[in-house]
Amino acid sequence: MLKRLRENKSAQGTLLASPTMLWMLGLLIIPLILTMVISFGKRSPDGNVIYAFSLDNYIRLFGYSTDCDGGQASCFNPLYLQILWRSISLAFKTTVWVIVLAYPLAYFIARATPKRRNTFLFMVLIPLWTNFVIRVYAWMMLLRKEGAINIILGAAANFLHIPFQPLEMLYTPGAVLVGMIYEFLPFMILPIFTSLEKIEVPLYEAAADLGANAIKTFLRVTLPLSMPGVVAGTILVFIPVMGTFIVSDLLGGRQVILVGNLIQRQFLDARDPTFGSAASLILMIMTLIVTYFYTRKFGFGEEIVVA
Amino acid sequence: MTSEFAVELRDVVKQFTTPEGNLLNAVDHVTMQIKNGEFFSMLGSSGCGKTTSLRMIAGFEWTTEGEVYIEGKPMGHTPPFQRKVNTVFQSYALFQHMTVFQNIAFGLEMEGAPKEEIEKRVKRALEMVQLTGMERRKPKQLSGGQQQRVAVARALVKVPDVLLLDEPLGALDLKLRKEMQLELKALQQQLGITFVYVTHDQEEAMTMSDRIAVMSNGRVQQMGRPVEIYERPANRFVADFIGESNFFEGRIKSLSGKEAVVFIPQLNAELTGIAVSEGLVNGEDVTVSIRPEKVQIAEKGLDVNSFTGRVTNTVYIGTDTHIFVDLNGKRVKIFEQNRISRLDPGSFYTIGQEVLLVMWTDNVLVLKKD
Repeated sequence: MLKRLRENKSAQGTLLASPTMLWMLGLLIIPLILTMVISFGKRSPDGNVIYAFSLDNYIRLFGYSTDCDGGQASCFNPLYLQILWRSISLAFKTTVWVIVLAYPLAYFIARATPKRRNTFLFMVLIPLWTNFVIRVYAWMMLLRKEGAINIILGAAANFLHIPFQPLEMLYTPGAVLVGMIYEFLPFMILPIFTSLEKIEVPLYEAAADLGANAIKTFLRVTLPLSMPGVVAGTILVFIPVMGTFIVSDLLGGRQVILVGNLIQRQFLDARDPTFGSAASLILMIMTLIVTYFYTRKFGFGEEIVVA
Repeated sequence: MTSEFAVELRDVVKQFTTPEGNLLNAVDHVTMQIKNGEFFSMLGSSGCGKTTSLRMIAGFEWTTEGEVYIEGKPMGHTPPFQRKVNTVFQSYALFQHMTVFQNIAFGLEMEGAPKEEIEKRVKRALEMVQLTGMERRKPKQLSGGQQQRVAVARALVKVPDVLLLDEPLGALDLKLRKEMQLELKALQQQLGITFVYVTHDQEEAMTMSDRIAVMSNGRVQQMGRPVEIYERPANRFVADFIGESNFFEGRIKSLSGKEAVVFIPQLNAELTGIAVSEGLVNGEDVTVSIRPEKVQIAEKGLDVNSFTGRVTNTVYIGTDTHIFVDLNGKRVKIFEQNRISRLDPGSFYTIGQEVLLVMWTDNVLVLKKD
């Protein structure tokens, strides 16, 4: 049998891939199917799942409500649609800001001397050694009414004899955006850096040689050749931002509820796993749709994209 | 054409800091004048300063001292995109995200040429390098030789005053390289554009160049036509670097006019009636050089400049036979052309055979000792 395996390349491949396949099957495919099944179920009064085929949870997500003011039997409640929209638009905003901030930094690092380059990359990676939640807490310390930023601003105002009212920064959409940008910045810097680093110096020289100044060289050569990095980074940032709930929970409080928070609350506070499952699936489908159109236009970042 | 010279380097120095922190003159007081329409090569091994010199003409590097002139104008710190020179890079440096057409059109777009004109000129450039029909391919879909042609077309489409080529054929296999050498030379003659060519391959430089600058240690060792460089090397380095040579250490024993008698202690013999260049004086230690194909194995010697030796080895290499002869303990290399087809081992020299070597005075060069 061993001999036959030695000769059979495709059997070897299957064998090598099987641990991962089993892992994916047990921890991704099966749970996903369960989530789907549960999402069509109904919640029993004591918070258990009654298996059924009901579209109630989905109808509710898209605004159908039986809990109405004025005693109607049903009405339109856009609450969940608003949450979905807020999640998508925040993910967009975060991604755009992260690109804008990460690109120049990645460019700077890629063009530094090899020794300094390693130092800079190290500095980009250091925050990732600290727990995600702790880093978000650190932002709370900064943004709080009695936090570091307000203390410094207050001291400055005092010095300049300007009246000062501490800024309300924590528990605002802005705080969530800042937190998201901060958390996901490294995931954009690294792929952009990688694709910029791959551009060989003679290409810049060739562009200059053919008459392109610095701006034209950047627009016609550097940017298109680094697009795979931007695309890969966008996928690495957009998808997690769509689903995360810790940043909005800690920095947004009750003000900024995203799909992630909604799902978390359904499972833990509201004890409605059926509605939580439906919201999870909708989140996944939305993410897939956006990523599908994005990658169809730009690729996955694995190949060089034509400008 | 405002100047007789397309490119001129006047006492140019380029200093670099080595990783150890020392200063190094990569280019050390180089002066050269490259004429309009000339095919000029800089030849030398790696680190001799040829590529750095080329990069200073292109504008990728600035001189530490001295000045580069293009068409008579001092370049100073003029950036590459404002110089009327274009470069063919060793690695080709093609834009992988663009098609062949877009690559060649790039330089014209930077000039702001109108669209129809770009299309016309790109088409002509493609014809010139025989790549018609490849417009829409990406560089990755081309062979090495084809990529090289795109690189040439991309630079030539701009009709530069000077085309700079940095070992452009280095990545190609021998046969293709030889083909491209002839093609590039033909292209240069047809267009009349000045080519400045950097190579470490002496045969390549010889094949294509009108003039060659042999460089080493950042300096120009000799500049001249291929025949001058080969037949009249200026010093031992050039004689050794270009082709092969037998060297003997000697001393000028007497000098009358331009003819000298040189005593060679190694052979305990003299060479008489040898022409020497100016600047050499009586009694001076010199290096005597003779090319292997210019040593004659003869039946009968002359009264002078003939030496008896013993064959130590022979190597048959097809066109030639290389014969190694021991001359009083000194190994001399001789190339003899196989002009007559033969198989009989007896017709070749055999090891241990005694032979008479004749060194004709015209073939012996007396070089200043390095």
